Amino acid sequence: MNPTIKRIIFFAVLITFWYTGSKLEWWLPIILPSPEKVLEALVIGFEDKTLIYDLIASFKRLAVGLGISLVIGSALGVLLAKSKTADETLGTVVLALQSVPSIVWLPLAIMWFGMNEKAVIFVVVLGGTFVMTLNLRMGIKNVSPLYIKAARTMGSTGWDLFRRVIFPASIPYAVTGARLAWAFAWRALMAGELLSTGPGLGYTLRYASDFGNMALVIGVMIIIGVIGTIVDQLIFQRIEKSVLQRWGLES
Amino acid sequence: MFIEINNVHKQYADKNNHQVDILKDINLGVNKGEFVSILGPSGCGKSTLLSIVAGLTPATGGEIIADGKRIEKPGKDRGMVFQQAALFPWLTVLENVIFPLKKEMTKKQAEAEAKKYLQMVQLGNYISHYPHELSGGMQQRVAIARALAMNPDILLMDEPFGALDEQTRSRLHDQLETIWTETQKTILFVTHSISESIKLSDRIIVMGTKPGIILKDIKVDIPRPRQQHKKAMVELEEYIMGFLKKEIDKVVREELAHESNN
Repeated sequence: MNPTIKRIIFFAVLITFWYTGSKLEWWLPIILPSPEKVLEALVIGFEDKTLIYDLIASFKRLAVGLGISLVIGSALGVLLAKSKTADETLGTVVLALQSVPSIVWLPLAIMWFGMNEKAVIFVVVLGGTFVMTLNLRMGIKNVSPLYIKAARTMGSTGWDLFRRVIFPASIPYAVTGARLAWAFAWRALMAGELLSTGPGLGYTLRYASDFGNMALVIGVMIIIGVIGTIVDQLIFQRIEKSVLQRWGLES
Repeated sequence: MFIEINNVHKQYADKNNHQVDILKDINLGVNKGEFVSILGPSGCGKSTLLSIVAGLTPATGGEIIADGKRIEKPGKDRGMVFQQAALFPWLTVLENVIFPLKKEMTKKQAEAEAKKYLQMVQLGNYISHYPHELSGGMQQRVAIARALAMNPDILLMDEPFGALDEQTRSRLHDQLETIWTETQKTILFVTHSISESIKLSDRIIVMGTKPGIILKDIKVDIPRPRQQHKKAMVELEEYIMGFLKKEIDKVVREELAHESNN
């Protein structure tokens, strides 16, 4: 059976169960509001434009934060791959930082930058940077020695060798790094907004929760999930696939 | 002599930190335009020797002079073809061949030059393909075109056809012979196949192992094209085989002795 059809049937069954359960009051509306209520909350949110402003605000922070993290992450990755000393010192710190969820930086970030945009963006940057660093470091270290030897016999050395061979050879890793950086940054953004100020999807979620508007809470959760899936599947996985194919790593 | 290899010596430290001789007292002269094969069993250091001539591996002692200049690092006067094609997968066939030409030519010149050599290896119709779309034999032909495109005086080939099937290899032998005749390059060709070396080269340098030394320098006096002189080829093959057998036996004996020691 076509996977799209399978998916449609699966979601139809799921929503029917949710709808029936709510109708027959298997659970209280405050525990899980019915699909109609969630839809209604979403429609109201889009009609009075709060959700649109939230989306714009969240994406602005994400773009800035992810952009910075990709730049810093790549630079650090190159440094760690090229300098043994940096790898043995800074590399250990990066590994440790990568295992710390970036949201735990928020209290410090609020002290440093105040309860504003900057604190959230800082958390987003930390979320994406280190995974990009580690992937690019690995990509550069794993460049086939044969490519380097071949390039050297063709007179390529130093910066020319890096720019024309080592860097392009590590692009598959860079793409994977960027995809993971996006995923971490997106989670960090939602957590940061949840604990910080608005507008933003995370902020609206907490606001709705404070007022017991569980339908809107679920609505925002659905938006977060849908955006995450779309960006991952439609953008990053496609890029990754075409890069792997071109680089001859997958047929 | 166009290439002079004088007293070249190469040592590696093994895992117990003992210095092991890989190459010992290698002396070899190659004339301009000569096709010289370096033949030997695995582990005799023939690939290391080629890598030293390429400038990729430093020698422990001795020196190599090519066209009057001492070799210290890789240079465009020496093109190299490896056992794997080593093409850059993110570039098209044409872009791969242009790679060594980027700095010294305009884009147009480089393209014309690259196309010329791709036609020489009969891949003129594949210029916009990516390497992963080509067969192993075609990839190796692109690698040859890429090495030739720099117009080096010397072509270094490290078992270039070793990973190919017999039919493809035989076709590429003929192509290489034609290219060599057309371009007059000096070729150093590393191989472990006796028949390959007889089919292609003017001279065969037979190497022994542990340490890697030159056992014999054999001039191949069979007129080309050599397919018409099967008998002479077979005789020479038997003569070299007799020579190498002792060496191969030595390797096998040592491996067995090593095994029983463990």
